[in-house]
Amino acid sequence: MAKTESSFKNMVISLTLISLIVAAGLGLIYESTKGPIEQSVLNKKIEAIKQVVPEFNNDPYSEMLRVPTGEGDSLDVYPAKMNDNTVGYAVTTYTKNGFSGDISLMVGFKADGSIHNIAVLEQKETPGLGTKMDEPLFKDQFKDKNPAETVIKVKNDGGQIDAITSATISSRAFCEAVQRAYNTLQEGGLK
Amino acid sequence: MEYILIIISAVFVNNVVLAQFLGICPFLGVSNKISTAIGMSVAVTFVITLAIIATYLIQIYILNPLGISFMQTITFILVIASLVQMVEIILKKVSKPLYQALGIFLPLITTNCAVLGVAILVIKKNYNLLEGVIYGASTAIGFGLALVILAGIREQLELADIPEGMKGVPVSLITAGILAIAFMGFTGLV
Amino acid sequence: MNQLKNFTKGFIKENPILVLVLGTCPTLATTSSAINGLGMGIATTFVLIGSNVFVSLLSSLIPDKVRIPAFIVIIASFVTIVDLLMQAYVPSLYETLGIFIPLIVVNCIILGRAEAFASKNNVFSSLIDACGMGLGFTAALGLLGAFRELVGSGSIFGWKFISGDGILVFILAPGAFLALGYLIALVNRIKNHNS
Repeated sequence: MAKTESSFKNMVISLTLISLIVAAGLGLIYESTKGPIEQSVLNKKIEAIKQVVPEFNNDPYSEMLRVPTGEGDSLDVYPAKMNDNTVGYAVTTYTKNGFSGDISLMVGFKADGSIHNIAVLEQKETPGLGTKMDEPLFKDQFKDKNPAETVIKVKNDGGQIDAITSATISSRAFCEAVQRAYNTLQEGGLK
Repeated sequence: MEYILIIISAVFVNNVVLAQFLGICPFLGVSNKISTAIGMSVAVTFVITLAIIATYLIQIYILNPLGISFMQTITFILVIASLVQMVEIILKKVSKPLYQALGIFLPLITTNCAVLGVAILVIKKNYNLLEGVIYGASTAIGFGLALVILAGIREQLELADIPEGMKGVPVSLITAGILAIAFMGFTGLV
Repeated sequence: MNQLKNFTKGFIKENPILVLVLGTCPTLATTSSAINGLGMGIATTFVLIGSNVFVSLLSSLIPDKVRIPAFIVIIASFVTIVDLLMQAYVPSLYETLGIFIPLIVVNCIILGRAEAFASKNNVFSSLIDACGMGLGFTAALGLLGAFRELVGSGSIFGWKFISGDGILVFILAPGAFLALGYLIALVNRIKNHNS
């Protein structure tokens, strides 16, 4: 095939044609992946809820409540119910005081207000140090503790939580986020 | 205060080259001499700042309203490529000395992932235009800082006795690694 | 050119990372573990194959002066396809690789192959070239990722066999520079030794 000449007309036509074809193709792929993308975002949330609260059989996602923290913003609270009895709440909470930016957690409470489990949704802490917040050694300390009785603070600050070695700031921020989730539940009268 | 935080974070803590790995190709390519390193940094600062303004306005006024933000990559790279071309043509017409100083670096900038990377990050971080421009400019300064430091070290390295296999890229990479360790000292600053 | 030679050149003789030192940004950023390195490699290979095939198909139709913009549009659209597919089907990998997925578009290897090889050769050779280069890239990323994961956290592909922490710095940013530096030095040493 002869090489197309670089005339102005040819340049405009070829670039326009390529852009049109590409745009149409991408539009199609976007439409077809839109569903699965939304689904995967949703699945991730539901997975995290399942991890942190006792067994439930309702759809916490559709029953989500937005509860004010009392600090001017609000947190998302997902009620978990077993045969219409509330068995717990999953609260997405955050802190801005991480070692390198925000940390976002999902904290699960039982109906009596004690902590069932915690999942780390997002963090940018130092790999190998702050990231250990997602390991059982640190995270499991919170299990079955009720913030009403236990001080959710690291031991340096007069609390009862062992900080991660060389990551006191991350541990402190983690406690702060957990406390915020609990305060919000109280604020909303859900406990 | 917020702006100062953005600047410190972009220049030192999350240094674009040493912590985020953007713009490594020019970082290794033009760090032989301090003078070329400075020329490249100035050109990058110039292009990044312009690119952020252009891509930000396109994202807010074209892509978002039309709901086609999935076309982001394709539009941004085209905008950046044509912007670089335009800057080159304008510089050639307007300021000969500036063109001679920066001209050879401009074509290299299109494929500098720091430019596209920063443009996407500004959108991702939900900055407004002013914050975005400050973030972009300070990222570019961070790039320049790392580039000039490496160039300074490499000028000295030429006098050193380096094993054959380590010459050139490997020793630059290892030097960069040690620099990155030094920059890690800044984490936790903001 | 012999197709087999065409295929294998990307592995050793013209390995994009270890010999040509192209595409260093994703190489350094995404190799904190073996699986991330491989994921990035495969995504890049997909884009490389798509763009090489299309560039080679269309190159006679595209006027020379708008060659580069046309190639960039083709590459960018394959990158967007990978971006959307990964977001839908491998969300966790997508999140780890983050901004480096859209940045495949400025990976010098891809535009380099389009310009230097695909625009001058037929579709089949371009396909083979892309596969070879892509696999060479993937192999180098996987190797680097595995090394960093092994030294940095004592595991490979998440399978931990050394207890304890390992040399943390290798999973962090500086380790990327150090590991790649030594790997290239090793390759140079072998090359010098052979010749």
